[in-house]
Formats: sequence, C-alpha cells, structure tokens
Amino acid sequence: MNAHAVDAHDDHDHHGPDKGLMRWVRTTNHKDIGTLYLLFSLLMFFVGGAMALVIRAELFQPGLQFVDPNFFNQMTTMHALIMIFGVVMPAFVGLANWMLPIMVGAPDMALPRMNNFSFWILPFAATMLIGTLFVEGGGPAAGWTMYPPLVLQGGKSFPMLIFSVHLLGISSIMGAINIVATIMNLRAPGMTYMKMPLFVWTWFITAYLLIATMPVLAGAVTMLLTDKYFATSFFSAAGGGDPVMFQHIFWFFGHPEVYILILPAFGIVSQIIPTFARKPLFGYASMVYATASIAFLSFIVWAHHMFTVGMPVVGELFFMMATMLIAVPTGVKVFNWVSTMWRGSMTFETPMLFAIGFVIMFTIGGLSGLMLAMTPIDFQYHDTYFVVAHFHYVLVPGAVFSIVAAVYYWLPKWTGHMYDEKLGRLHFWLSTIFVNVLFWPQHYLGLAGMPRRIPDYAVQFADFNMISSIGAFGFGLSQLLFVVVVFKAIRGGQQATDQVWEGAEGLEWTLSSPPPYHSFSVQPEIK
Amino acid sequence: MANSSENHYYVPHCTNWPILGSIGLTTLLWGFIMFLNESANGNYVMIAGAVILIYMFFGWFGEVVRESEAQQYTAWEDKSFRLGMSWFIFSEVMFFAAFFGALFYARVFSVPWLGGAGDEVETNKLLWDGFKAVWPTNGPAELGGEYEKMHMWPLPAINTMILLTSGVTCTWAHHALKAGNRSQLILGLLLTVLLGFTFIGLQVVEYQEAYRDLNLKLSTGIYGSTFFMLTGFHGFHVMMGAIILTVVLFRCIRGHFTKENHFAFEAAAWYWHFVDVVWLGLFIFVYWL
Repeated sequence: MNAHAVDAHDDHDHHGPDKGLMRWVRTTNHKDIGTLYLLFSLLMFFVGGAMALVIRAELFQPGLQFVDPNFFNQMTTMHALIMIFGVVMPAFVGLANWMLPIMVGAPDMALPRMNNFSFWILPFAATMLIGTLFVEGGGPAAGWTMYPPLVLQGGKSFPMLIFSVHLLGISSIMGAINIVATIMNLRAPGMTYMKMPLFVWTWFITAYLLIATMPVLAGAVTMLLTDKYFATSFFSAAGGGDPVMFQHIFWFFGHPEVYILILPAFGIVSQIIPTFARKPLFGYASMVYATASIAFLSFIVWAHHMFTVGMPVVGELFFMMATMLIAVPTGVKVFNWVSTMWRGSMTFETPMLFAIGFVIMFTIGGLSGLMLAMTPIDFQYHDTYFVVAHFHYVLVPGAVFSIVAAVYYWLPKWTGHMYDEKLGRLHFWLSTIFVNVLFWPQHYLGLAGMPRRIPDYAVQFADFNMISSIGAFGFGLSQLLFVVVVFKAIRGGQQATDQVWEGAEGLEWTLSSPPPYHSFSVQPEIK
Repeated sequence: MANSSENHYYVPHCTNWPILGSIGLTTLLWGFIMFLNESANGNYVMIAGAVILIYMFFGWFGEVVRESEAQQYTAWEDKSFRLGMSWFIFSEVMFFAAFFGALFYARVFSVPWLGGAGDEVETNKLLWDGFKAVWPTNGPAELGGEYEKMHMWPLPAINTMILLTSGVTCTWAHHALKAGNRSQLILGLLLTVLLGFTFIGLQVVEYQEAYRDLNLKLSTGIYGSTFFMLTGFHGFHVMMGAIILTVVLFRCIRGHFTKENHFAFEAAAWYWHFVDVVWLGLFIFVYWL
C-alpha cells in the first residue's frame, strides 16, 4: 500500500482545511492547533492580568478601597491558576505544536487527533474555572496551592476548582505524551538526539516532567475532594492523616511544575541568542545535560516550599542542599548564553532584546531563589512579598518574556509578514521598565516583612506598594501594544523571507514563510 | 509490512471526536459538581455525560480500528501508538504513586508523630493524649468507630492468585497470536477477561464484607481512606482493563490482528500487566504489612 493509495482511499477533503469555525474545531493540523493554543493563551493573559490589576489597585494604598477581602483572596487564587495553567503552559504547548514538527522535520505531531483533544479540553476547563467566580460563595480563595484545611471551607466553587484542575491536567498529559512521541518517532533521518535544536530538547524534558507530575496533582486534588465530600481523612489529624501531607504531595508536583514553566523558556532563549549573535550556541551538550540535571533535581527539592511547617531538621538540611545544587546547572546555562554573545556580531531586534532581558532578569529571580533556598533565611522570608517578587521575576521577565520573544522570533515565519520593529522595541522597553517598577520594590516590601495574599497593610509599606501598583498598570497597558503588533503582522506587512533572520539556522528556516499547510510531507535528510 | 513508512506518515485530516469528548467529559464532571452541591438532577447530567463519552470512545476507537484494518498504518505510526500507550501507563503509575505516597507518609510520619514519636511528644501530650501509634488506625479521634482490619487471607490472597493467573493467560494468548493459533488466542483471552471480572466480583464481595461485618468504611480514619481509595482506584482500573480486553477479544473473534501487527492487543496486555503490578504493591503494603 503506498501513500497515494491511502490518500485516494480517504473521502475527506484533504487538500486544505475546512472553512470557517469548524476548521478550528475539527482540525488535526499542528499549526492550526498551535495557533489555537497561542490565541487562547493570549486571551487568558489578559483575563489573568485583569485580576492582577484588581490586586494591585487594592494595594495601591493601605486600607480597603475597591474590593472586600474575600474577593481579594479569590483574585490572588484565580490570578495564579489562570496565569500558570491558562497562560504559560498553553503558550509553551502552542509553541511546541507550531515549532517541534518543523524543527525536527516531521509532517505533523505524532498523534494528531489527540492533539486536537488536548487543546479543546482547555476552553471547557477554563470556563469551569472562571465560572467559579459566579457561583454562590464566589471563587476559590485559599490560594492556588489549595492547602487544606482552608481550601476545604470553600463553597459551591470547590468541586468546580477540583475538576477544572483535573481537566487541565488531562490536557497537559495528553499534550506532553504527544510531544514525547513526536520527538522520539518523527525526527528526520539523520537527526540524532544530540543534533536536536535546544527548544526541542528542553520540551522533551519538560514533557517528561509533565507526565510524571500532573497525575500526582490529580491524586492530591482527588484526596481533597474525598476529604470534603466522602469523609476520608487524608489531611485530617483526627483520623490519623496530616494537612502537611497535602503540602508534600502538592509540592512534589509543584516544584517540577515550576521547571515546566521555565525549561521551554531556556530552549527559546537558546534558539534566539545564537541567531542574533551570529554564532553557534556555546556549550550545546552542556546545555542538554544541565537541562536534564535541573529536571532530575526538581524531584528532590519540593519541601523548600514548606521549610516553616515544622519538618525534622534532617529534612530541612537535605532540601536546602539539594535546592542550592540547582544553581549549578542553571549557572552553566547563564554562562553559556553569555559566552554565546561574547564577541558575536550582535544585532538587537525585538526577539533578541527580550532574550537578553530574559537572561538578566531571570538571573535576578534565580539569585533571590538562592536566598530563599537557605532554610534559616527562608524562616524570615516565607510568605512575604519577597517570595512574590522572586517568583514573579522568574515568571514574568522570565517565562512570559521568553514567550513574547518566541512570538516575535517566529511570527514572520508563521504569518509571512515582518512585524513592526519600532513598535516591537517600544513594547520591549516599556515592558522592561514597568516590570521592574512593578516587582523590584516588592523585594523591599518582603524584606521589611509585608505578608503576601493580604488586602491591607501597615502604613510603612505604603510608598513601595504605590510604586509597584503604578508599575503594574504600566506593564499591563504596555501589553496592549503587543496585541497591536501581533495582529498588524497577521493582517499584513513587509513580506518575510524564508530565512527571516540573517543568522538563523535550523529546519524551520528552510520552509517558506508562511510554511505550507503540511510541513514536511517528505522528511529532509540531516547530515 | 507496508512499504511507504519511509516517507509518508498518516495524518488524519479532521476529526469530530475530540470536541465530543470534551463536551462529554465536561458534562460528566458538571453533573458530578451538581451532585456534590446537592442540586437536583446532577445524576442525570452525569449519565448524559457518560453516554456522550462512551459514544465518543466507540466512535474514535472504531475509526482508528477501521483505519488500521484498512492498512493505513505502517510500522511508523505503530511506534507512535506504542510510545503514546507506554507514556500513558507511566502517567497512571504516577497517579497511583500519589496514593501510595499518602499511605507511606501516614504510616511512617503522621501516625507515629501523632503518637509522640521524634520531636512530637507535645503533639501527643497536648492534643491527643494517650493516642498510641499503631497500624492500622482510624486516628486519635477514632473516626468511624470500632472496626476490624481487612485480612490478607482468604479473599485478597485468592484475588492475587486470580490476577496473577490472568497475567499468565494473557501472555499465553499473546504467544498464540504470534504463532497464528487463533483458537488458543481466543481461549486465552476469554480466560483473562473472565478472571478479570471474577476479580472485580470478589472485590465487591470484599467491600460488602468490610462495610457489613468489619465496620471498615471509607470514613474509618486514615486506614479506611487509604484502603478504599487505593483498592478502589485499582478496582476501577481493573474494570477498565477488563473492558479493553473484552473489546480486543471481540476483535480477535472477528479475525482482526495479524502475527506481526497487533498493537491494540499488546497495549491492552501492557495495561493489564500494569494493573497486575499495582495489585502486587497493594497486596504487600495494604493487606500484608
């Protein structure tokens, strides 16, 4: 049976997609699904961002201004859940969908129907999650970490929270399985593992983390559900359980999760910097090993999120040491990026600006993480704004900047049009300035003792909070510029070449801009 | 083997099943949410969701089976299916790991600490004075009242034998398939399915006994929680595995699968061995030790 016989046998229209809305609902095409993921993520970015602005508006001044404390807590909880599960993860999966098959020279993802399923669960899950805000008692308000016993006091939104987490988990697991299968099975002949682009490598390892940890989260929230409704006592000391047990199980998922949110970012930056430094990536193999080491270590550091719950001292020591070890492979990466730029013929187009911004500001977030890793110091910083500043530095000028960089980098390839470089650079500078105005003062607030997740604060924290809130609104409004740039490029603009960037290397640049609907029907040979 | 695997990978052009699956899954869960929030008709919504889901599974897998029987897949697609199934089973392993983790945590840490082990003397004295840390336990508040533990003999031990035997018959069927002996294949598979459903039947008997005679319930503290959640999720997976094997059995009777090409059979067998191994863990850590 040959390929043509198969095609002739098939009675569907297969020389192009469906027309209209149904194209997007029924599609099995990796580019269509990638686009869906990215647009979904962009929409959720503004939903989650609006929630962040509610938080910052309330914190603009001491005292209660705009919202009542319960709603404030709902906002902190929902903001986190949406940004993690609705924005950063779908954006990375969307980028993987678009780019992995092209980067490894494949015709599509390995399991195209399941690919559609992974995406189309998301809108339902997100609707269920956001719907919690409109039921009796309001949305979940116990923080995205869902610690019992507090979370068990939730109202009618509680089961909605649990099941939306289940749905999001199912979606991620299927997406990750698809990515692993694509990378292991659909690489072009000659593309050995150690010839894969780093974005492919980092996603390969991320997918493994997802498959290993999302089911653990599913188990943890299932136990919450049965504790609340079916009288189990996993997290109740009266029955022999322990609320702290939830924290252990949750963070066994949660810590690998934070690497799920950053490893693909490492991959993106490792693609962009060599292009604009016009030099091959420094230390390719060490990048791969560093990524794998980070992934391995991520499984044995979870309890650094819970140094203050009263663990045995041996445990505290172990988790402190293991956590600080992560600085080694991460440092390798940062030095490799810097060495790649060293004596390169650099130009500073928007993707490069965001990538360099990533390297600097992610490193700042990494260093504050190192401070938090030290148990005795964490006793002081735990649950303060210092923690908020730390993980926002890693996630906003870290993960989000990398996604934005990736969009600018590959947008000409996707749409066939160059984006508006001037507006792009303006977007970078506004974002970079405001993100620091937003999060830098939060370090001081935390060191001075301001607790997180509290709608009101003592007056000595007023100035820094005001600055931070101004930064928040500036940053939020700057992102509208991003939407303008993206949609302008979709609608038209200067025709992009196949190569797009002078220094770009890799299979994605051998295809036309935009690429054909079916990427590599015949696989290229890699030498 | 087909000869086009070198340069043509089968990509279906569009599909209706996933969106139906999302609708079914959401409807099912929404019904469950309604049920938990004590609003009327939740169970009907759940049934509707389950029906949609079952229809989706039949439709989706049916389509894949038809494509497979029409020789549209080569060794190349076959490998994707294999990878997909293996990693799916790995994710299932991690799901059970969460519950085994809870069991170990309770037995090694939380129960001894409540009994005053380590630095936790004050916990015991001030909060739960007199609580002795033994396993099994329903906790210092003795949730669920007096109960008896589930013994490993006779039912669980018999069930272990049943499940292990079903693993053997399954492998026997696989060898028969590879040897082209269809009657042995069908017999082996039929035995596997029957043993599987017998296991589930005996689990039901065991649960009845637990509730009726031993007063061992889901609400019996951490022991009841871990016992029923672990064995319950395992039983659910055995049920899934038995249904999958039944479908494979019907496909065998219809003459599907060849000596070389029978991924669905192998996937079902892998899944079956997976539930087997989980059971061994359960038998050792839940019933025995």
